Amino acid sequence: MEKAIHIREPWSDRVSIVLIYIFLSIILLCVAYPLIYIVSSSFSSSAAVTSGRVWLFPVEPTWYGYQAVFQYPQIWTGYLNSIIYTVLGSIISVALTIMMAYPLSRKTFMSRKVLMWALLFAMLFSGGLIPYYLVIKSLHLLDTRWAMILPGALNIFSIIVAKTFFQSSIPNDLYEAAQLDGCNDTKFLTRIVLPLSKPVIAVLLLWAAVSNWNSYFNALIFLNSEHLYPLQLVLREILVMNNVSTNSITLSPEQLKQFEDMKTLLKYSVIVIASIPVLILYPFIQKYFVKGVMVGSIKE
Amino acid sequence: MFVRTVSLWRKNIYRHWQLYCIVALPVLFLITFNYVPMFGIQIAFKEFNPIQGIWHSPWVGGKQFEMFFDSPYFWPIIQNTLLLSVYALCIGTPAAILLALALNEVKNQRFKKIVQMFTYAPYFISTVVLVGMINIILSPTTGLYGQLSHLFGVDNVYDILGESKAFSSLYVWSGVWQETGYGAVIYLAALANVNPELYEASKIDGASRIQKIIHIDLPAIRPTIIVLLILAVGGLMSVGFEKVFLLQNMLNLSTSEVISTYVYKIGLVNTNYSFAVAVGLFNSVVGFILIFTTNVLARKYSHSSLF
Repeated sequence: MEKAIHIREPWSDRVSIVLIYIFLSIILLCVAYPLIYIVSSSFSSSAAVTSGRVWLFPVEPTWYGYQAVFQYPQIWTGYLNSIIYTVLGSIISVALTIMMAYPLSRKTFMSRKVLMWALLFAMLFSGGLIPYYLVIKSLHLLDTRWAMILPGALNIFSIIVAKTFFQSSIPNDLYEAAQLDGCNDTKFLTRIVLPLSKPVIAVLLLWAAVSNWNSYFNALIFLNSEHLYPLQLVLREILVMNNVSTNSITLSPEQLKQFEDMKTLLKYSVIVIASIPVLILYPFIQKYFVKGVMVGSIKE
Repeated sequence: MFVRTVSLWRKNIYRHWQLYCIVALPVLFLITFNYVPMFGIQIAFKEFNPIQGIWHSPWVGGKQFEMFFDSPYFWPIIQNTLLLSVYALCIGTPAAILLALALNEVKNQRFKKIVQMFTYAPYFISTVVLVGMINIILSPTTGLYGQLSHLFGVDNVYDILGESKAFSSLYVWSGVWQETGYGAVIYLAALANVNPELYEASKIDGASRIQKIIHIDLPAIRPTIIVLLILAVGGLMSVGFEKVFLLQNMLNLSTSEVISTYVYKIGLVNTNYSFAVAVGLFNSVVGFILIFTTNVLARKYSHSSLF
């Protein structure tokens, strides 16, 4: 019979655990407060926000900030574009990842060593920004939706994670058994490997989706036309460059007076609106990302 | 020998032709978007002009590199880049380790979950939104920071956003706010794998909590720390473009211009391609050497390495 060892904690340990709890509580406060402040401000009146009366909870609760967001067409075009880029980009990216990782994980595939080195080298060394830009330009992808989807689709880190997963969780014997039953390489992928890899596919999809939704660099260098802009580029105009266009919002004379205040409030609301998709995915992200990080940390 | 290899290869292709078909498409992507750009590096040794194109522009040797090394921007940019990445590394890594070690001691699962949920969340906020939040909150007039300063009777509010001396701290500490929770996850995973018998043995031997952390927990996460450090040192020369570029303004440019933002401006804004490629190539080569050397050193002295 096993019995838990019970030793009374010395006082120094009790002090240290109290200190640890205090330390973590302070960290929790520091991280959570700015988030709460932004959300509360977005629901407050513009006067309360600009005069600094919002500290924790919304003051004079209103929807004006959100109404302003709804009347701002660029935000909605950006939203729609971001959804298109994110959905298509993530699916293509994960498909490519699996198509590369599966052959790499097969021991009898002779080219795997060469390919693996080619991937590692490409991860450590690159041609740099300008040659990359010139390639996209010569493929006539500049200022098209494809420039947002294709160039970043191959993610080497994801490939390594997927390959490690396939190798560690799908035994070689399974392939040999399937082969005896007349299963070929493609069927083995679709009938056996994919159904067994649902968790890792979920991780890869989430990974790709979050990074597609949040990135703005490719859009900055590849896109010129405003109607193709993803949300992050529209946000950059509003939040960072402080360009809020007046002509898109219909303003009455007294509203015009409050325009400057409204501009401030709009920023808070647009931050919340832009973060909603990631917020919805957050429970899944929490569940699967940790697993993904752990798969990725296993070395061959 | 050679003939044998070829015939082996041919047999392999014949046997696994489906695998070769499957891998063809991603390989095409790898070639197009990773390897073809590498041929563009030759622009660094040429005087690129768009009419003659990459292949037919005249060779000029190391002229672009000489221009870069002699330019008054050379040292400031290298300094800014290294300062930002070393500062971020020295604060960011210990912060994540500290958070993981502290969380590992917490027995109350609910408290642990809440702390993890909140500290993990900022990682998923986009860079644009993060910088937007920084601008809003730290605004000396309308922001939370300005309001607080007024509350404490400060009249001349120090403008953090427009002060070049404050840039590196602004960059690093906003990074700590955003990434510490995410960084801690990897260490927590390593800590979860510690054999519980070690803890029991240490308890019987009368080790205190602090001794337990130093002698069991830290050695347990040492390989993880080393692998992440190798990666970080390899990336010392490549401070990410996205956040620095957004935080830049005319007032802090003297400390906020780093290699990646400089390449962007010289190359894509001023379309001086050859010079920009030379700067970028210098950066890639130094980064490549850094990651290789740290990897060799790590393998030699600690037996954990990246490849």
